[in-house]
Amino acid sequence: MTTRTRTVALLLIVALVLLVGLPLLLPEWIIFLLTVASAKALAVLGVVLLLRGKLLTFGHALYYAAGAYAGGMAVRYWGVHEALVLLALALVAGVAVSAILGLLVARYRAVYFALLNLAFSMVLYGMLLKLYDVFGGTDGIGIAEPTLAGFRLSGLAMYELTIVITALLVYLTHRFFVSPLGYTLRAIRDNEVRVEYMGVSVWRAVYVSYIIAGALAAVSGGLIALAVGHITPDLAFWSQSGEFVFVAILGGTGSVLAPVVGSVLFEFVRNYAFKLSPYTWQMTLGIVLLLIIFFLPGGVWSLTARLPRRSHR
Amino acid sequence: MRLLLVVGLDGLTYASWLFLVSAGLTFTYGVLRVLNLAHGNLYALGAYLGATLVLHYAATGSTPALTYALLLIAALVIGAVVGPLIERFFLRRVYSRDEEVQLLLTFSISLILEDVVKLVWGVTPIFADLPYTYLGRVRLGGVNYAWYPFLLAAIALAIGGLLWLVVTRTRLGKILTSVISDREVSLTLGINVPRVYTLAFTAGAVLAALGGALTAPMFSLVPGVGADVLVTSFAVIAIGGLGSIGGAALGSLLVGMARSFAVYKFPELDLFVIYLIMALVLLFRPQGFFGEIEVRRI
Amino acid sequence: MSALLETVGLTRFFGSVRAAEDLNMRVAQGETVGIIGSNGSGKTTFLNLATGYLKPERGRILLDGHDTTALPPRAITRLGVARSFQIPQLYLGMTVLEAMLLSLAARAGRIGLWAPLLRDEWIVEARQVLAQFALDAQAERLVGELPEGSRKLLDIALAVALKPRLLLMDEPTAGVSTEDKFEVMDTLSTVLRGSGITTIFVEHDMDVVQRYSQRVLVFDQGLVIADGEPAKVLGDADVRRAVLGHV
Repeated sequence: MTTRTRTVALLLIVALVLLVGLPLLLPEWIIFLLTVASAKALAVLGVVLLLRGKLLTFGHALYYAAGAYAGGMAVRYWGVHEALVLLALALVAGVAVSAILGLLVARYRAVYFALLNLAFSMVLYGMLLKLYDVFGGTDGIGIAEPTLAGFRLSGLAMYELTIVITALLVYLTHRFFVSPLGYTLRAIRDNEVRVEYMGVSVWRAVYVSYIIAGALAAVSGGLIALAVGHITPDLAFWSQSGEFVFVAILGGTGSVLAPVVGSVLFEFVRNYAFKLSPYTWQMTLGIVLLLIIFFLPGGVWSLTARLPRRSHR
Repeated sequence: MRLLLVVGLDGLTYASWLFLVSAGLTFTYGVLRVLNLAHGNLYALGAYLGATLVLHYAATGSTPALTYALLLIAALVIGAVVGPLIERFFLRRVYSRDEEVQLLLTFSISLILEDVVKLVWGVTPIFADLPYTYLGRVRLGGVNYAWYPFLLAAIALAIGGLLWLVVTRTRLGKILTSVISDREVSLTLGINVPRVYTLAFTAGAVLAALGGALTAPMFSLVPGVGADVLVTSFAVIAIGGLGSIGGAALGSLLVGMARSFAVYKFPELDLFVIYLIMALVLLFRPQGFFGEIEVRRI
Repeated sequence: MSALLETVGLTRFFGSVRAAEDLNMRVAQGETVGIIGSNGSGKTTFLNLATGYLKPERGRILLDGHDTTALPPRAITRLGVARSFQIPQLYLGMTVLEAMLLSLAARAGRIGLWAPLLRDEWIVEARQVLAQFALDAQAERLVGELPEGSRKLLDIALAVALKPRLLLMDEPTAGVSTEDKFEVMDTLSTVLRGSGITTIFVEHDMDVVQRYSQRVLVFDQGLVIADGEPAKVLGDADVRRAVLGHV
């Protein structure tokens, strides 16, 4: 058996397990949790992508909410129910907003980058909250009875759809990571000056990366809107951005799969922890983050070194 | 003419609030080159403690005049206790590391403090408006104003003046300026830089808490006030230039006035004005009015 | 013979420190020119100005007759100028091979999203370039793990990989032990000889300049105080005094 055949076989087995095996074995509520986790993983992937360029954003929920609400608006105002259309709209919204904001934000690093994103996300939050007539305020918008290619979108079908889309986007992001642009982003993290002296535009690389990251989060939001069936302004709140950052840091920037694994673990833990004690959840996150900062040798970025170094990846 | 007065006064009071809440953030950044993401939480702690003290005191029925002192005490306590705690036990350990790690650190602190507020004070709103109502109202140009915002404006002015005096006229100010411009050289000059850092961070914390404590009588307090304050403060100091007190003053004035005018014409713009101004300023001057661009030496 | 690089009246101060004042110089195509001067004489500033990293207060920089004074480093690089640095500017988190591949991708202008960086045609050329600098054995190592001398060479190799018309090197032997200096320069010479690349290198070490340059420019406090054949220029007492502080 050649390596290629082996890889294909492996992928088929994984696909079978995920798409057929798990739903047969696991109860509905776990499948739902996996759907949500998988969807959110895409937003985390967006944060990870930017972190590879040492661009830390505290406002990625902006695109997450933009995607969700793009779908929500289509439902509310145009009566759209087709999931694929809603997801396409989410993607468009994410690209559009990130393309505009990126013009300003891509110039910045460190503090400015982190906080500008936070600021804009909180502006969106404020809009979603206060413009009641347009967005429904805290009542939010219901995404009732979505369809997939005409058929009713059941919980199981939503799970399958999410897994497929997540797998596709994870793969595409992997292609980005190993492309020249992906490496340029890493180079920017290490030495922007050198990148410019190679004749490459740092700004353009950051801008394009920002748009891709925004697009990922927007699709994530679209999927969540469909999976949960109801969206509220909280999707844009800073604590949602914070959770994305937390899972991103936890999993590290070394692999495209880390956000998925991390997201699944996170959703499960959070499910229990939040029920147990809602007023200590953020504190717990904060403490864990502190532990990571202080006790991971080489710091937070060592998480990239933890994974086996194979240069032909 | 009446319009000018109304909008002008409104703008001034909002500007002074903005300055009060953002001065600490920009000061800390100026000295330590760290943006304290827990700034909003310090504000909230100051507000909550101040409100609690006032409410307890008010229950005793004693003279309301002392409630102002209570607000001040609350701010000092929060700043002087939580400030050094954060700086010495946490922040200090990451000075040599990437800015991003420092941001994550103050972010972690913020997450923790966020829940601390909820745990101590719960989520039901708290309103301690005695200091606000006690000052009464005044009629200016045919419009009814509360005195309290003017008190805030006076305090904001006083703090701005005080900071300016300290930085430019005192020995401490010279030390601060030295540390700001060159940490290494300051060390060789025998300046106890770590102690300066702790002091500066604590001062920033006190200012943040003071902003909270003084504002508490004006609004009902809920957990989450901190986040808004952090974002608003950042917008103001980004406009003025990170690290510049004068910039914070200018930014506050600009935003205060602009918002006042804008809201008069288009009330829906309330949310956006500050960020619109921020985006505009940053588009044409990425470092803000008085900020500096650092060019890496190669 | 028209100049490949020419500066006219180049002036740049840092506060009261004169890094360049009315600096005029010309380098013709194909020349190998050494720039020598004591610390603070403006050598690195000159490279920063010539490559657009700093802007002069007055004066012009001309590349092959074109005014590049207002251009940023990126644009100047695309016009065929490459530069190495006094302190190697590298991508510490990548492997040597990956860094070289990125340079090649940059040269080709192919910074795309889809096709991988590690593609066969580029890998072949990357290894060839690395081999010229005796770095091929280190190809899989992380740049951050390289010893000082190898970092220097890689820094220069990344610039050479861009196939520039003009190569500017800032102290190529700085930080290299005295025994290894000539080895590094010999490697460099072999690579550059016959490549047609015009070379300007800034150096501290008079022996290195004497041996490897066709022409020497002496900088002193932002001015060019001597210009000519190495032996003659470096034998001059005033020059020695300016560069070494003594005769």
